Amino acid sequence: MKKLQKADYIKMYSFMLKIRRFEERAAQLYGMGKIGGFCHLYIGQEAVVVGILMTIDKNDSVVTTYRDHGHMIARGLDPKRIMAELTGREDGYSAGKGGSMHMFSKENNFYGGHGIVGAQVPIGTGIAFTHKYNREKNICRTYIGDGAMNNGQVFEAFNLAALWKLPVLYIIENNKYGMGTSVDRAAAGLDLYKRGEAFGIPGEKVDGMNVFSVIEAADKAGKYVREGNGPYIIEVQTYRYRGHSMSDPAKYRTKEELDNYKQTDPIEIVKAEILKKKIATNDEIEKINKDTLEEIKNAAEFATTSPFPKNSELYTDVYL
Amino acid sequence: MSTEILMPALSPTMTEGNLSKWLIKKGDTVKAGDLIAEIETDKATMEVEAVDEGVVLDLLFKEGEANIPVNKAIAIIGDPNEKVEVKKEEPADKVIEEKKIENNIETKIETKKDDIINTLSPKKEEDTNLSSEEITMRQALRDTMAEEMRKDNKVFILGEEVAEYQGAYKVTQGLLQEFGKERVLDTPISEHGFTGLAVGAAFKGLRPILEFMTFNFSMQAIDQIINSAAKTLYMSGGQINCPIVFRGPNGAAAQVAAQHSQDFSSWYSQVPGLKVIAPSTPYNAKGLLRSAISDPNPVIFLENEILYGLKGPVNNDINFSIPIGKANIEKEGKDLTIVTYSIMLQKSKEAALRLKEEYNLDAEIIDLQTLRPLDTETILNSVKKTNRLITVEESWPFGSVGSEIANIVQRDAFDYLDSPVIKVNSADVPMPYSLSLEKLYLPQVDDIINAAKKVSYIK
Repeated sequence: MKKLQKADYIKMYSFMLKIRRFEERAAQLYGMGKIGGFCHLYIGQEAVVVGILMTIDKNDSVVTTYRDHGHMIARGLDPKRIMAELTGREDGYSAGKGGSMHMFSKENNFYGGHGIVGAQVPIGTGIAFTHKYNREKNICRTYIGDGAMNNGQVFEAFNLAALWKLPVLYIIENNKYGMGTSVDRAAAGLDLYKRGEAFGIPGEKVDGMNVFSVIEAADKAGKYVREGNGPYIIEVQTYRYRGHSMSDPAKYRTKEELDNYKQTDPIEIVKAEILKKKIATNDEIEKINKDTLEEIKNAAEFATTSPFPKNSELYTDVYL
Repeated sequence: MSTEILMPALSPTMTEGNLSKWLIKKGDTVKAGDLIAEIETDKATMEVEAVDEGVVLDLLFKEGEANIPVNKAIAIIGDPNEKVEVKKEEPADKVIEEKKIENNIETKIETKKDDIINTLSPKKEEDTNLSSEEITMRQALRDTMAEEMRKDNKVFILGEEVAEYQGAYKVTQGLLQEFGKERVLDTPISEHGFTGLAVGAAFKGLRPILEFMTFNFSMQAIDQIINSAAKTLYMSGGQINCPIVFRGPNGAAAQVAAQHSQDFSSWYSQVPGLKVIAPSTPYNAKGLLRSAISDPNPVIFLENEILYGLKGPVNNDINFSIPIGKANIEKEGKDLTIVTYSIMLQKSKEAALRLKEEYNLDAEIIDLQTLRPLDTETILNSVKKTNRLITVEESWPFGSVGSEIANIVQRDAFDYLDSPVIKVNSADVPMPYSLSLEKLYLPQVDDIINAAKKVSYIK
């Protein structure tokens, strides 16, 4: 694994913080009625996508679920335009036609943002198929929620990926709940990463609150996949601080459970490491905090002043 | 007592076969289960077993003889000491014979071909590039895929049995041999998974042709077709298109019952983001499939198993295409308009001939070719001329393509109508297995004639 540079620590911290502040602001705008529909926040899970990001090649592809704001930010996309999509404005990444769950950036090889549980798994497998078909050395990272791991098409995709040795890295973001149903009430067999075993797909479990663990596992798995060995599964143990979506009060879990996870907050872990290694001073960290807050405030301002799509847009983009 | 061995039907739609090899000779003693001959059909070569016991008294066809009708006696076995009875020309089982006639539209077209092609297909006749040789729909589809695969390396085909097996209905015959296993892929029986995979590949820039063994199985994958393929261009604000063709046989074959006989034309035609095509002849199959493969959007290409063997001339120019969204006026007429598509074009043509002969009604036939986007202009212009309209299709009646046409016509040409629009559809029930009920379920020529009489106020 490549050694992390000082700049990498700062990058990780900045991205994770940016996701946290973005999601908090999104929650606020949702409460104000500026964001509608479904809105699934990523707070608590930041180490997963940022850890994976540290091992990614820019020509690699990514496809994920509807809990996608953090993934867009980690892909380096502009928080202004992401927020503008949440508010349904014409400057949003999908011109206001996709919303929170359906965001894409083809130029950044980010293929969504999929609203149907499990549907992104065959799709990501097909993107990996294309990398192989075109004889590219790239891989497709396909994120899967724990809830989707009980969905049939996931196993059809696993079978195809293993059968055709496709360069796809499956990342199970196990945040313990599929909506309000805990994993142990939904899955027979709690080691979700082992569900590839029948297809000969190797897998492992990783602490998803600790970005350094994620990087190590993603780096190893990424190399395995890139070398043409076929798919690989990593199951990242994570936790969402908020409910499934904005309308979910999360009454199905205890406050103690949540507080317990907050003790291992992924952003605090990176911050502590930065201070311990003297990569930055407290003042420098504070400056990042302040700049991030400012950037997200501007994004919210942009997203609430950008115009709504023109009426004529209703009939565009149905066909190319 | 001697027994005739009949040419067997080796598939639901087989009507004739070639006797490629005898595995017995005159004078041999055969037991039930012994292999007696190799029969070649347009789909496969298969061995035939004896079901009776005795001595081979006579072989009625030589090796290599072709086009022997199903149920024709090919050999006689029995006791050599008994006198051989004069062989009957009539097949023993009348029901099977009936099935052959009722379900074999190919044969009917063959017999009436000259009338139909010459008098009712002016468009094809105007085509100066028309081939002198007639090819089957199956070949037309195969050739077009091969031509497009030669032109563009991004075009590939996947589906169940498309490669090694050469296609469940032999539409992909020879493609594996020419293009190799990286571009012609056999999939496991997992429609949901491989459809999602193909959609992902199309998002990423490839141009998949996905064969459903039949469209009945597309229901397993319909979420990926609608939620992923059809909607992503819109949901991404125009960023991500999905250039994919979903093709395969749609609708009834012959006695394959409820789960294998559904017509999906109106289901898919309801979805914005999809284009839906239903070819009716080798000629338009070729032109339309080329347009479908070149199109940057997801296209549902509804073939028909019974039409696979239909022969006709084609345009062999490798750039010949028929635009999506254009109907074809198959036959001009002045008394009423019949709007139809796919296999019902053939029945509509037969009905038109009889309407002329028996009632002196001159029907105009519009073959839609594309169901979405619908060529409303051609329909409306025709109705404005004939003032009467019937629609003929194999789909269930509720919310069918004909329902939408009736809506459009009453809205945009109300004052031109001299009678209510009448729809001819399949029965509003699951497809029954029994031959007699299946026939009742499907629209027949008589149903079309009755509808035409009704809109013309003929008792």
